[in-house]
Amino acid sequence: MATLEINDLHVTVEAENGPREILKGVDLTIKQGETHAVMGPNGSGKSTLAYSLAGHPKYTITGGTVTLDGEDVLEMEVDERARAGVFLAMQYPVEVPGVSVSNFLRTSATAIRGEAPKLRTWVKEVKEAMERLQMDPAFAERNVNEGFSGGEKKRHEILQLELLKPKIAILDETDSGLDVDALRVVSEGVNRVRESGEVGTLLITHYTRILRYIKPDFVHVFANGRIAESGGAELADQLEAEGYDKYVKGGAAV
Amino acid sequence: MAEAQNIPAGATAGGAVAVAAESTVATRMSAPPSFDVADFPVPHGREEEWRFTPLERLKGLHDGTAKADGAIKAQVDAPEGVTVESVTRDDERVGKAGTPVDRIAAQAYSSFEKATVITVPKESVLTEPVRVLLHGEGGTTFGHTVFDIGAFAEAVIVVDHTGDGVRAANVDFLIGDGAKVTFVSVQDWDDTAVHCSQHNAKLGRDATFKSVVVTFGGDLVRLHPRVEYTGPGGDAELLGLYFTDAGQHQEHRLLVDHNVPNCKSNVVYKGALQGEQAHAVWIGDVLIEAAAEGTETYEMNRNLVLTDGARVDSVPNLEIETGEIVGAGHASATGRFDDEQLFYLMARGIPQIEARRLVVRGFFAELVQQIGVADIEERLLVKIEEELEASV
Repeated sequence: MATLEINDLHVTVEAENGPREILKGVDLTIKQGETHAVMGPNGSGKSTLAYSLAGHPKYTITGGTVTLDGEDVLEMEVDERARAGVFLAMQYPVEVPGVSVSNFLRTSATAIRGEAPKLRTWVKEVKEAMERLQMDPAFAERNVNEGFSGGEKKRHEILQLELLKPKIAILDETDSGLDVDALRVVSEGVNRVRESGEVGTLLITHYTRILRYIKPDFVHVFANGRIAESGGAELADQLEAEGYDKYVKGGAAV
Repeated sequence: MAEAQNIPAGATAGGAVAVAAESTVATRMSAPPSFDVADFPVPHGREEEWRFTPLERLKGLHDGTAKADGAIKAQVDAPEGVTVESVTRDDERVGKAGTPVDRIAAQAYSSFEKATVITVPKESVLTEPVRVLLHGEGGTTFGHTVFDIGAFAEAVIVVDHTGDGVRAANVDFLIGDGAKVTFVSVQDWDDTAVHCSQHNAKLGRDATFKSVVVTFGGDLVRLHPRVEYTGPGGDAELLGLYFTDAGQHQEHRLLVDHNVPNCKSNVVYKGALQGEQAHAVWIGDVLIEAAAEGTETYEMNRNLVLTDGARVDSVPNLEIETGEIVGAGHASATGRFDDEQLFYLMARGIPQIEARRLVVRGFFAELVQQIGVADIEERLLVKIEEELEASV
């Protein structure tokens, strides 16, 4: 069973006046089949956690460990992490002009699976996945994220999640900017992947809204660069009622 | 005015885009066109037409010090019916398609010993391309080639440049009424070569001319593809593809002169750049003269900057002297393959080299498909792969 283990993770970014510490000792273990919601106010470091796990070059790891089934994730290149089974659905997916969605998906699936998917089954697989996400088939011929609406970008991220079947899925504010219909479609996509029981999900969000569609096993409150409190789904209800005030004012509690 | 933007939006912009201020094609040249090299002052580098070119790397082509001391191996594969002649400069076909517009073109014209005239007789439709292989064997050479294409003839012409040397040579096209010509010029020189050339195409009534300029090699390559029309219905398509590596200077300066009514032109040049001191220059001038009613023209230049240290100067320039036209437009954009795009692709398991390949292939694919000569298309795709392999 796949396990992602984050131990005392410290991360800095380059700021105008030197490096600034964003993550100040994060501990979190995610097992296959589990869903963890990480919630927190803006600027608490949630997205930094997501991008650090995926290996974005902007972030410097200054301490701690991250392992996937005992393998050192921090030693891996970005593409190696993806092939090892870590998937990051991005909050702001970037445009890649000149590369069509269909070409991109196939290249990616080939890299992740270690061999090119058989063309006939692949076309069917993509078509069905797109239908489930209510995506127009013409989408496949457009350039990656170029001119996509906010909702289209998120559907495209979840399409990749469904096709690439990672061990650990990190969803960085996948719910932000979505209307209710799009949120439902995207959440259903995430739930299909979760129902396989083969993915551990790290759901990063600012709002509790998405948790009505995707039920977490664990909820963690993120504040000031670390996990301030952990609990079950009921912690989300408490946040819904009380907001983040008690974690923000006067520094992190606990 | 020119439309220029940086796409995609990235944190940093590696390429520079220069857009021409108000200027006219005629007045910004230092001298009017002439066959005599003495009519052009020796450039000092600040003239409009020389300001992007590193003169010190021209090996004396621009100041008269370059002497014809080199050798170039020429091989012409001409299908049946096509004639190949060696003529002197008095031959009436030589220089008829256009007059040199800068000192090097005039130097080439003043310095060649014999010109080559390749004739495709009227109404003859070639099933095989005319192939000219030029392999530089070092030193300086001058040359002049005329392709004389008879009325209603159809021909594909491929000129390949390989090897090393300093080469100044002009290429003329006399295209008869209703003829269809595809011309492919491949600059696949060694990285030490210098190559300057003016391509003059003179299109007859209802003639179609497609020029495909492909520049990979050379230390310095500076080409002037130019088109003019002698009757209505002419259709010119100028396609270009360049891959500029570290230290290379590749410059393409185009002119389409719409001087008669109801002609079309379409210009698409795309370039990828990588490495320190890679420098691409693209100047696209389109003139629509007062008489050229019913003109339809579009020109576009796109650049993809793959690494830091590369520079692009892209200057589209459209001058319109009549409003009675079908359409006219131009665009120039320089995009950068940035860290965010690379991260996105790698985060989907795609290795760095493969990610670059994906983006560059995508960038060039549409253009390559427009060439319409299968073996050239294939060769280009292979060559693009090689350029990428050599880089990362």
